[in-house]
Amino acid sequence: MLRARSHGWLLSSPYLVYAAVFVVFPLAFSLYLVFHRWDGMAAPVFVGLGNLARLVQDPLFYRSILNTLEFLVIHIPLQIVFALLFAVALNSITWLRGFFRAVYFMPVVVSGVVVTILWQQLYSYDNGVLNTILTHLGLGRVPWVTSPALAMPSIALMATWKNVGLYTVMFLVGLQDIPAEMHEAARIDGATAVKRFLRITVPLLRPTMTLVVVLSTINGFSLFVEPYVMTGGGPLNSTLSTVLYIYNQGFYFGHLGYGAALGFVFALIILVVVLIQRKALESA
Amino acid sequence: MRNRASTVAAYAFLSLFFVAFLYPFLWMIASSLKPDLEIVSMGLTSSNYTLGNYLLVFSRAPVVRAFLNSLIVASAVTVSVVLFGAMVGYALAKVKWKGSVYLTAFLLFTMMLPFQLTLIPTYTLIVKLGLTDNLLGLILPNMLTAVAVIMFRQFFQSIPDTILEAARVDGCSEVKLVFKIVMPLAKPAVVTVAIITFLTSWNDVLWPIMVIRERDLMTLPQLVTTFVLGGEAESHLGAKLASATLLAVPIVVFYSFFQRSIVQSFASSGVKG
Repeated sequence: MLRARSHGWLLSSPYLVYAAVFVVFPLAFSLYLVFHRWDGMAAPVFVGLGNLARLVQDPLFYRSILNTLEFLVIHIPLQIVFALLFAVALNSITWLRGFFRAVYFMPVVVSGVVVTILWQQLYSYDNGVLNTILTHLGLGRVPWVTSPALAMPSIALMATWKNVGLYTVMFLVGLQDIPAEMHEAARIDGATAVKRFLRITVPLLRPTMTLVVVLSTINGFSLFVEPYVMTGGGPLNSTLSTVLYIYNQGFYFGHLGYGAALGFVFALIILVVVLIQRKALESA
Repeated sequence: MRNRASTVAAYAFLSLFFVAFLYPFLWMIASSLKPDLEIVSMGLTSSNYTLGNYLLVFSRAPVVRAFLNSLIVASAVTVSVVLFGAMVGYALAKVKWKGSVYLTAFLLFTMMLPFQLTLIPTYTLIVKLGLTDNLLGLILPNMLTAVAVIMFRQFFQSIPDTILEAARVDGCSEVKLVFKIVMPLAKPAVVTVAIITFLTSWNDVLWPIMVIRERDLMTLPQLVTTFVLGGEAESHLGAKLASATLLAVPIVVFYSFFQRSIVQSFASSGVKG
């Protein structure tokens, strides 16, 4: 260990400068903006709790929160179930494992813009691939993204397709940490595969599970590109995510004070949700 | 017997989803090469393959320019995050000074903050600095991340002090020590931070559409987004899919070369972060 105060400060100086400009200042400025009305040009006007009072009565804000929660409630369980299934299946084979893993992971690295443009066509009502398959099977067409009730679930399904590879490899790492002898011993004792999965695999995967839930929650709260490109937040605001709403208010309409207030309250909600999740998952 | 049955089941299951993950991409590429009228088909083949869709995209959108912009931004951000992240991570892991405890606590605190909190304030800052319609507006706010510093710190902690002492006795300066001795020893951490930083920067859309409005300065994902949404593609499905394919190709090529490191970086990043 080198004992030198000056070296510590000197080597940390890039971060200190960066944090002063791009962390501390925006944080302080966000607090300032929450209490001001500002269009970015004229002088900011102090409005006290005006922005927050407006937010509490803003039906679109509530709508956007509910939409985001709807996305999370569909997306996370779907993702965990499929990621676990993929990871267990991949873990049980050796030949072609890396190949399958590589293909499953590909949508993770490809831009959300690509995935959304692609799925927009797959979801198309009249001649999309999914509805073509359904009509060939003698079933009716599904209004994937044109129906307010289905649009958000459809986006959640698409997001699962895009992200599941990431959580699959995380579970795969977790599975490989479980000693094979544990399964072997349980098998000799007569435990069935299902029982071994529920009694050995699932409990030992708890740390990975916590990580996956927290990460996908944080990612889900960032939902923006998919509704922005796919639906623009429609139909009837059914896919208006909170980040999309903040973008619209703060950037598109130029309501910077109100946009900052939305971001502030939304950040608090995210923190509370993530903390509750952590507590619940770690004590469960 | 049961073991063999379950292996067959695993392969069947995995093959089914292999198709589900790969086919949409193949369909996108094939359809981008077809005339609009044929895109309704689910198949990949056509007797009328054409480059018309691509010619339309290239004639209406500065694709090459946008590709270079993305490359400049993502490379600059990556080099900065790796070099500065390693420097700061070293100061926190291997230099004994009072500030390190506080700084580490501060970094962990900022990691908890959702970006939604500072999105609008940071945007107004960029406006005030006159950095809208400037690639620096995309680079500067992303030049360091708390996650990168913490990852480097954790990795550097496992490097034995004796190696550093030896170098110090030889008169090596601290900065030189970071770049000449510590970083080469920490190649896995460097690769992980570089890959994740590069891909995150390359795929970002929200920040570019706020900061950049001039078409010649747009990043590739942003250009494709505005091309598809802004009416330039009109109702040409083929052109939309061609622009999406152009956006996918560089990353898929990159991915096919470094697939193993990329997957491992992401798999480990969550655990460490």
